[in-house]
Amino acid sequence: MLNASDLGALYLTFKVASIATLLLLLLGTPLAWWLARTRSHWKGVINAVVALPLVLPPTVLGFYLLVLMGPAGVVGKFTSSLGFGTLPFTFTGLIVASVLYSLPFVVQPLQAAFTSIGEQPLEAAATLRAGPLDTFFSVVVPLAKPGFLTAGILGFTHTVGEFGVVLMVGGNIPDRTRVVSVQIYNHVEALEYTQAHWLAGILVLFSFSVLLVLYTVLKTQPVAHPLK
Amino acid sequence: MTTLLARFRLDYGDFKLDVDLKLPGTGITVLFGHSGSGKTTLLRCIAGLQHAPQGLLEINGQRWQDSEHGLFLPTYKRPLGYVFQEANLFPHLTVRGNLHYGLKRIKQNSGTVKLEQAVELLGIGHLLERLPGNLSGGERQRVAIARALALNPDILLMDEPLASLDFKRKQEILPFLSRLHQQLDIPVLYVTHSQQEVAQLADTLVIMEDGRALASGPLAETQSRLDVPLAQEREAATVWQVSVTEHETDYHLTRVEFAGGSLSLPAVDTTVGTALRVQIYARDVSIALEAPTATSILNVLPATVTGIADGRDSQSIIRLQVGDQALLAHITRKSALLLGLQIGMAVYVQIKGTSLLN
Repeated sequence: MLNASDLGALYLTFKVASIATLLLLLLGTPLAWWLARTRSHWKGVINAVVALPLVLPPTVLGFYLLVLMGPAGVVGKFTSSLGFGTLPFTFTGLIVASVLYSLPFVVQPLQAAFTSIGEQPLEAAATLRAGPLDTFFSVVVPLAKPGFLTAGILGFTHTVGEFGVVLMVGGNIPDRTRVVSVQIYNHVEALEYTQAHWLAGILVLFSFSVLLVLYTVLKTQPVAHPLK
Repeated sequence: MTTLLARFRLDYGDFKLDVDLKLPGTGITVLFGHSGSGKTTLLRCIAGLQHAPQGLLEINGQRWQDSEHGLFLPTYKRPLGYVFQEANLFPHLTVRGNLHYGLKRIKQNSGTVKLEQAVELLGIGHLLERLPGNLSGGERQRVAIARALALNPDILLMDEPLASLDFKRKQEILPFLSRLHQQLDIPVLYVTHSQQEVAQLADTLVIMEDGRALASGPLAETQSRLDVPLAQEREAATVWQVSVTEHETDYHLTRVEFAGGSLSLPAVDTTVGTALRVQIYARDVSIALEAPTATSILNVLPATVTGIADGRDSQSIIRLQVGDQALLAHITRKSALLLGLQIGMAVYVQIKGTSLLN
């Protein structure tokens, strides 16, 4: 069965995923909105940057984050000067890495949902006295609800499943940065296959249930990230 | 009295809009033209949905745009109602939700009365709990019109509200629009490419072509202008607004009067005083120099020739003034020559047939 450090890893994993998903929706929504609406030349560049974590090995992303957030990195110097110290091997660092790692899984479904709404409902709202922010919350959010659900679920599950980035940026500190995927790795290294089975099984069951809900109840198309 | 002052200039390279219009503050003004003539762009500029870099727009004495002074009121701050070509209802809200969407956002409290009126006028009371997805095209468009009217706007803008509907649905909605016309006291700007809708609805007509307003003015006057292509068409006609004065039941006729004269029509089943629209095709009008004494044609009226132009092939187009109404006649060029028609001549017109529009 699960021991205390397994439970700690599970708890930590879901805590990281919850916070990261919340942050992802907060940051990803305006970014996706901008990408869906802009005619700027930067659109292509930003789209490419957002999609990078889809194709890069997580270790590459983790490596650069480690360097950037470390004592000699730009971000590290900045956080040190603010008195926060450096972020690698901390819970905050883990959150930052998770947000970047799962960004495309949140931004792309949202962007697709916003694009498919089109101009017409926005114009109708404007002729009915709704200002831009009002229109966003009273028309865009309800119409893009499936997009938000997909984005939230994919962001959450993808964060739960991360390994490479965590190992690079978070390390392997119990109850601070040791998430389930790392814990499974530890068990396997120590030839504790029973323990590994339990945790791995939980992750499979969890991920499958969530995706099942996504594709049957919510009837989302399996194309989670149409690269437009 | 309200007037609408609209001056816009924009240049998209392959499309240019350049208009300077002063329109009346009552009745329905129809912006008529083929696709690409700029009529919808003009309407969108008035609504603020499109931002013409050079523009001056004044409604009710209030400036909505003045590009020289950097003024551009965003659409949501303009007290207007807008009806889109596709009804454009919010799919996530019921009919009631759609109708209340705008109401919740205006400050004055007179809204609910207007809403009830609009629901009544458009006959949508039984649809309130339905979602737009479960409505027919005609019903959706009626809800869209009610949604715009419920706001008690200073002006109602309608962009080809019937264009996406089939013939049957059009016939279903036109009577509602005619009723609107009689019961509303706000100006309506109505975009269409349909001559039928022009004839049925317009009080004022603006003819658009290549991003310019070729002509604008009262309906019959603009319809009969010889310098616009409308007068040339085989279906050229003038529409008169008349009112019923008496019924000659023995003959199955109804007598109506217009500004400066009267006409006999086939019996119309309405009360005396009812306002009607009568369309007279140019090909149904003939001209005589003296009052014909023996003729089967009932409607013989004194008129003055106000314009002569060449029409297609053998045709001449004659513009006439009958009382206060303008009238078009298509006759052969030979007849025009034989009669020696000249501008200013007093003649008699014989109207062979009329068609009632409402």
